[in-house]
Amino acid sequence: MENISIEHFLIVSTLMLFTGIYGFLTRKNLITMLMSAELILNSVNINFVAVNKFLYPENLQGQFFAMFVIGIAAVEVAVAIAIIISLYRKVRMIDVEKVNEMKY
Amino acid sequence: MEGYTFTLLIPLILFATFLLIGLAGGKLKPIISGITGVVSLSVVSIISYITAYDYFFVNGKVDGVFGKIIVYDAEWLRFTDSLFIKMGILLDPISVMMLVVISTVSLMVHIYSLGYMHNEGGFSRYYSFLSLFTFAMMGLVISTNIFQTYIFWELVGVSSYLLIGFYYNRPSAVAAAKKAFIVTRFADLGFLIGILLLSSLTGTFDFVELTNVNGSAITAGSSVLFMGLSSMTWALILVFIGCAGKSAMFPLHIWLPDAMEGPTPVSALIHAATMVVAGVYLVARLFPLYALSAPVALEMIAYVGAFTSMFAAIIACTQTDIKRVLAFSTISQIGIMMVGLGVSGYAAETGLGFTASMFHLFTHAMFKALLFLGAGAVIHAVHTNEISGMGGLRKYLPVTHITFLVACLAISGIPPFSGFFSKDEILVAVKEKDSFLFYFESIVSGLSAFYMFRLYFGIFWNRNTTYEHTPHEAGMSMKIPLIILAILAAVTGFIPFSEFVTSDGIPFISHIHWDIAIPATIVGLIGITAAFIFYKKESDLSDKAAASLGGFYNTVHKKFYIDEIYIFVTKKIIFNMVSTPVAWFDRNVVDGTMNGIASVTNFVSEKIKRFQSGQLQQYAFVMVTGMIIIIALIFYFLKN
Repeated sequence: MENISIEHFLIVSTLMLFTGIYGFLTRKNLITMLMSAELILNSVNINFVAVNKFLYPENLQGQFFAMFVIGIAAVEVAVAIAIIISLYRKVRMIDVEKVNEMKY
Repeated sequence: MEGYTFTLLIPLILFATFLLIGLAGGKLKPIISGITGVVSLSVVSIISYITAYDYFFVNGKVDGVFGKIIVYDAEWLRFTDSLFIKMGILLDPISVMMLVVISTVSLMVHIYSLGYMHNEGGFSRYYSFLSLFTFAMMGLVISTNIFQTYIFWELVGVSSYLLIGFYYNRPSAVAAAKKAFIVTRFADLGFLIGILLLSSLTGTFDFVELTNVNGSAITAGSSVLFMGLSSMTWALILVFIGCAGKSAMFPLHIWLPDAMEGPTPVSALIHAATMVVAGVYLVARLFPLYALSAPVALEMIAYVGAFTSMFAAIIACTQTDIKRVLAFSTISQIGIMMVGLGVSGYAAETGLGFTASMFHLFTHAMFKALLFLGAGAVIHAVHTNEISGMGGLRKYLPVTHITFLVACLAISGIPPFSGFFSKDEILVAVKEKDSFLFYFESIVSGLSAFYMFRLYFGIFWNRNTTYEHTPHEAGMSMKIPLIILAILAAVTGFIPFSEFVTSDGIPFISHIHWDIAIPATIVGLIGITAAFIFYKKESDLSDKAAASLGGFYNTVHKKFYIDEIYIFVTKKIIFNMVSTPVAWFDRNVVDGTMNGIASVTNFVSEKIKRFQSGQLQQYAFVMVTGMIIIIALIFYFLKN
């Protein structure tokens, strides 16, 4: 444990964050975009827990925040999946570039 | 003061009647509305008579003076500590006299209308408006302060508008109603400014304080000069402009002849006996102010009145619509009342003009209402207003004939009819002040005898017109008011008016001045004789006379082109010179600015709407880029 410092955690979470952003901007499939969004959220979670552990070990706020984010992420997934399913029922595809009804 | 509290019932009953007939009228049988109106007016008349009896005979004079009694005065609207408006009832000789005049004439008109209007639609509407008018007029005369007067003044104007436009499906009636309303409203602007100026000078609206001879109001504003006249004089002149509008003084008289488009009983009530004398009444109400602090304004009133009386009398000689003749005669008679007020001094015998003017107001209300109701009976019988369509009616309409003759004799000033006494007093008062005006007014009274008998002979003698339907006398409901008013027109002259109504409340005894009465009567007889020669028999004398006067006759017949001048001024000058540029400015500059903003917005949004592509990832990319830029900026600036 001694060898793993806060920098390691931050590097991992930064990688996850940019992977998530990249995926969100490039993937055409709505499901993969949703997965990318989950990656972004989880990178934040790692940050919360790591900072809590290394900088303020006597407090628990960071960990609680992580719990909240996980809870909200679950809800968000439920809503997003519902939207995707009803979209699929309507237009029979989930390609985000082709679904552009909501333009000007 | 105790003992007069019942006078509160006068406005309350009338207002309740208005609401009752006005709101429930559609569901009632027409005749029920009519009867309701007549009954409530009878009650109000009885209360008015009791008030007058109590005031003049039971309570009478206190220390030899008929005082002002505030029966009731409640705060109605408070703006600040010093600015508030009250509503109340003020009894003094002139307001009590007006109560009697209004209730009597209004009752007669209510009864008469049962017969006159029975074939017309909108019977309930008609009666509710009549009640509204009587309510407003009563409220006007019993006002305790000038603002209350103003409020009821406008209410009277509105009810007059409604009644002139009673036949609202007739374009000429609608135009006449509009004209009456706009002209009087225009004059009321002067009245309002006058009120504001007056109250800012004296610090009060209250009549008792304003007209208290020993009070501060009389001297207020006399030291501040504007264009050579004191500010009090200006205030009173502005108030008089309002009076001139309501009382149809030149040059604001143009609405009154057109107002004859309304039903004839309405003309009798509003445009002959009551509303049009409101201006005279208001001048009389503020008389101590006029007489003591603004003699210039009073002199102006005398000359405006004199000019109007002559002007209208001349026009009346050439009109062929019998109601219009009567309208111009009304204008002329009100002018005479104004002259009476204008030449009067304040206090005791020098205030004879005031007494005479009020006396003439009283007698004029009776005989002019009678003339209008008589004209209504004639119109009812022959279905035309034009004098050329009448003639020889004395055989068909005996009652109307006799009562009309009484009224004509009264207005011509033939003794012993009422007009003789009041006109005599006015002429005496005028003679004392200004002999030029005296001769002027004598000519006017000769002219009035001439045009009234021109009407009389034209309707009842002259040619024997053959009528499609044989004209017949109207029913009892129309005959009775005619007879009652004829009796009043004949005998009211014997009331010793100067013992009741005087400028300062102190009665005095006036005598008939035979040195003036006899020449005046002779002038009247000359007028009648002239009318007899021209119009008794069918002849072409009058046409020849008209032809010999040529252009002058035409000018008079067209009422001196005053209406045309008004139209020229409004259309050519106001509309073209002022309204058109203003309209151009509004359309091009004001609207243009707004339209410009809208079209620029439209143009820009047309250009940038492509940003809204519908590509979700494009949005996300822009958002992320933006976030990165913002974070970079924050770091950059925080570091410095």
